[in-house]
Amino acid sequence: MDISTQSTEAPPPAPRSSGATRKSAARGATRPGDRVFLALSRGSGILLLVIMAAIAVFLTYRAALALSKNEGNFLTTFEWNTGLTPPVFGIAVLAFGTVVSAIIAMALAVPVAVGIALFITHYAPRKLGGPIAYVIDLLAAVPSIVYGLWGAIVLVPHMNGLFGWLDTYLGWTGIFSWQDGAPRSMLTVGILLAIMILPIITNVSREVFRQAPQMHQEAALALGATRWEVIRMSVLPFGRSGVISASMLGLGRALGETMAVATVLSPSFDIQASLLDPGGGTFAQNIAAKFNEATVFGQDALIASGLVLFVITLLVNGAARLIINRRKEYSGANA
Amino acid sequence: MAKRIDVSGLTAYYGSHKAIEDISMTVEPRSVTAFIGPSGCGKSTFLRTLNRMHEVTPGGRVEGKVLLDDEDLYGNGIDPVAVRRTIGMVFQRPNPFPTMSIFDNVAAGLKLNGNYKKSELGDIVERSLKGANLWNEVKDRLNKPGSGLSGGQQQRLCIARAIAVEPQVLLMDEPCSALDPISTLAIEDLIGELKERFTIVIVTHNMQQAARVSDRTAFFNLSAVGQPGRLIEIDDTERIFSNPSVQATEDYISGRFG
Amino acid sequence: MSNAPVTRKHASTLRGGSLPKWSPWAIAAGSLAVGAGVSLAAGLDSKVQWGLIAAILFVLGTYVIAARVEGRRQAKDRVATSMVWVCFIVAVVPLVSLIWETVERGVKVFDAYFLSHSMGVVADAETGGGIYHAIIGTLEQVGIASLIAVPIGVLTAIYLVEYGRGKLAKAVTFFVDVMTGIPSIVAGLFVLSFWILILDMGYSGFAGAMALSILMMPVVVRSTEEMLKLVPNELREASLALGVPKWRTILKVVLPTSIGGITTGVMLAVARITGETAPVLLLVWGTGFINNNPFDGPQASLPLYIYQQYAAGTPASVDRAWAAALALILFVMILNMGARAIARWKAPKAGR
Repeated sequence: MDISTQSTEAPPPAPRSSGATRKSAARGATRPGDRVFLALSRGSGILLLVIMAAIAVFLTYRAALALSKNEGNFLTTFEWNTGLTPPVFGIAVLAFGTVVSAIIAMALAVPVAVGIALFITHYAPRKLGGPIAYVIDLLAAVPSIVYGLWGAIVLVPHMNGLFGWLDTYLGWTGIFSWQDGAPRSMLTVGILLAIMILPIITNVSREVFRQAPQMHQEAALALGATRWEVIRMSVLPFGRSGVISASMLGLGRALGETMAVATVLSPSFDIQASLLDPGGGTFAQNIAAKFNEATVFGQDALIASGLVLFVITLLVNGAARLIINRRKEYSGANA
Repeated sequence: MAKRIDVSGLTAYYGSHKAIEDISMTVEPRSVTAFIGPSGCGKSTFLRTLNRMHEVTPGGRVEGKVLLDDEDLYGNGIDPVAVRRTIGMVFQRPNPFPTMSIFDNVAAGLKLNGNYKKSELGDIVERSLKGANLWNEVKDRLNKPGSGLSGGQQQRLCIARAIAVEPQVLLMDEPCSALDPISTLAIEDLIGELKERFTIVIVTHNMQQAARVSDRTAFFNLSAVGQPGRLIEIDDTERIFSNPSVQATEDYISGRFG
Repeated sequence: MSNAPVTRKHASTLRGGSLPKWSPWAIAAGSLAVGAGVSLAAGLDSKVQWGLIAAILFVLGTYVIAARVEGRRQAKDRVATSMVWVCFIVAVVPLVSLIWETVERGVKVFDAYFLSHSMGVVADAETGGGIYHAIIGTLEQVGIASLIAVPIGVLTAIYLVEYGRGKLAKAVTFFVDVMTGIPSIVAGLFVLSFWILILDMGYSGFAGAMALSILMMPVVVRSTEEMLKLVPNELREASLALGVPKWRTILKVVLPTSIGGITTGVMLAVARITGETAPVLLLVWGTGFINNNPFDGPQASLPLYIYQQYAAGTPASVDRAWAAALALILFVMILNMGARAIARWKAPKAGR
């Protein structure tokens, strides 16, 4: 942005140019060409705003159609029966599943991603760091449906051992007890989501850690800090806001992920006390699963749940922006 | 507590590039030794070999010996972290930790070693800030971030941070090159005071500064671009500036090149 | 040789006990052995558990041994190092497995026949069939989405960098960020609500393309914006100073300078939407037959094909799902690598 303000406030062109041109360059758009071009580019920007507004308006409109006929409480009903007369549906189960799976994913992915980012920037031999970063860049581009396919066919069988183990040693907690169903549960979903968002969080964090000022790291070294102390004193504080925004990006993706959840989870419309027992659902997964058999009314009900997902992701992204902007004021004064 | 440094046959590399070659010299305790020479002659590299900061640069490695009171810094079993704690360093650009307060900046090195009581820590911070002639300017805002200070104050904060851990030697890499003349004067005065307690080595581009602050001066030069830097001569500052024994030194000092 | 006998009272301040260079490997080998032993004794059959036990032993062992020999600070440092390595290995295992399994299982039915035939009347349980119709669908949908999204995205970026001031630009910047976070299924629901439910237009490749373009726009805006900002201001001023109007300056100076980076951004955005399944699932519906017309009737697409073949659940269809996944990954990877190669080749010399 600062470049743009500079360019628009650039000193008037050299006196060599003719009077008319000088005027046009200084004011921006008085020539026909300039006017058309400005209109086109500004129009595109406005179109983006219109699309955002349209998304909100149309989703709200169709959701209102569905909600006006809903006999259940939209927020608390543990049911999704849009075919009944009168229909009964609510998002409690979906909200719970979405939040739980995202929390699991974040709890697993963020520390590991920060670890890998540090590995690439500060620990790996230099010849190794570049290629690893490149490969992780590529992995961030693997389509979610491929993660879903892999998760359902390769990961799920591997979870049996881990689940048995958790059940044996941590089963008493309740949330890690297991009744021997197929391990297509929230925990598996969370682990798969963690694997999926790992490359994104790693990439953004790595980029931030790489930019940590050398001079502060040398300052710490010169005080007799070990490598870990250098990272704690000068790299992590510098990278904190970047890691937060990276995590928010990952969170946004985990919340809205459809196919990976749809392929791995064995859904049911209730809340499982244990993370290991199959069941539950997420907003996106429920839409994908119920869509094909839904009537127009059923589709409207699904749109209503999608609207909630939309609002949640807006809030997450907005919060991330706020955190980043506030952090900007803090740091960087001298960097 | 100030110690003497004996360097013998020191050669430093960046990867396969030889940056400095075969340097031997003695740095006396409780004195200021200045390194002067044209850009790229390796004086900063040499400075960084004295507290094993050179090897932090990717590809950086060192041959030869650096004795700190008879103990080789590059010997077997020497912990580079302990070396850097013993030999403090002040950098070209002031680099206080931006996320820490003034107090925490000074205490940063102490906190690494843990076991200080809060009152003890406060005493040491006050003593160090006084030692760096900064106490009166910041005593009312110790909890404000260090990045809010002026450049000269920041540099003195960095000096306070370096002397808080009671090093034996203080290395300064062009500490005034980013500062205005008044701040520079303040730092030069400070160096004069600090040499009562520390062995000080300072790299400077400014020959007047070398003449003003140092007791001994070492002149570095390189025979051609791409060639390694070498130590041309080291002597009492007065002699170097009045009657150097090597022609190249005289040429450099009188401004005939560099 | 450099270790002259030194016996002064302060001689020991610079040295501390230190572990030999090979010690991390030794500890790693030890933990692996003990981890395997414990696992065998306890009858654990998952290698993942073996690895986890070994990893925990490795970190703990490092700390205990280093704390005894080198002291607490060094031990912490070593633990941090070993944790970072463990993180790396823990993450590499699933990611390598993903690529490995896709390639290994995918090559089974991946051949020229598979690429050149549609599903037609092939039943789920039958072998044979292919992804020709899905490739057609994906190419058309992604192509249309790009035709919509790229001009809008690039123009918006130009507006933000070259003209943008004031509230409108701020609002656009903010909502581009927000738009980046829209889940793909929500974009699908949006097009569903107005195109299919309100305008009653029916499922088609074009409906899917509209949703994909919504996902693509913010990505194009962001990357183009970054690239335009890299163009040095001197270039703009030099051109303006010669009396070139601003719009011609942008077209003839700014865009050509940054075209490499913009191309990279567009290719990455294309790669991203190529793999999107959810909006296609809602809007394109899917079919086993070849439909060359994206504006009329259901089409297929690669990601959707994978999902449907997986959901069909027969051995033959799962084989096809893997092969299609391999095709999709290859396509996305080639786009990615190409994009990065262009970025490196065309990188502005001023650089960062």
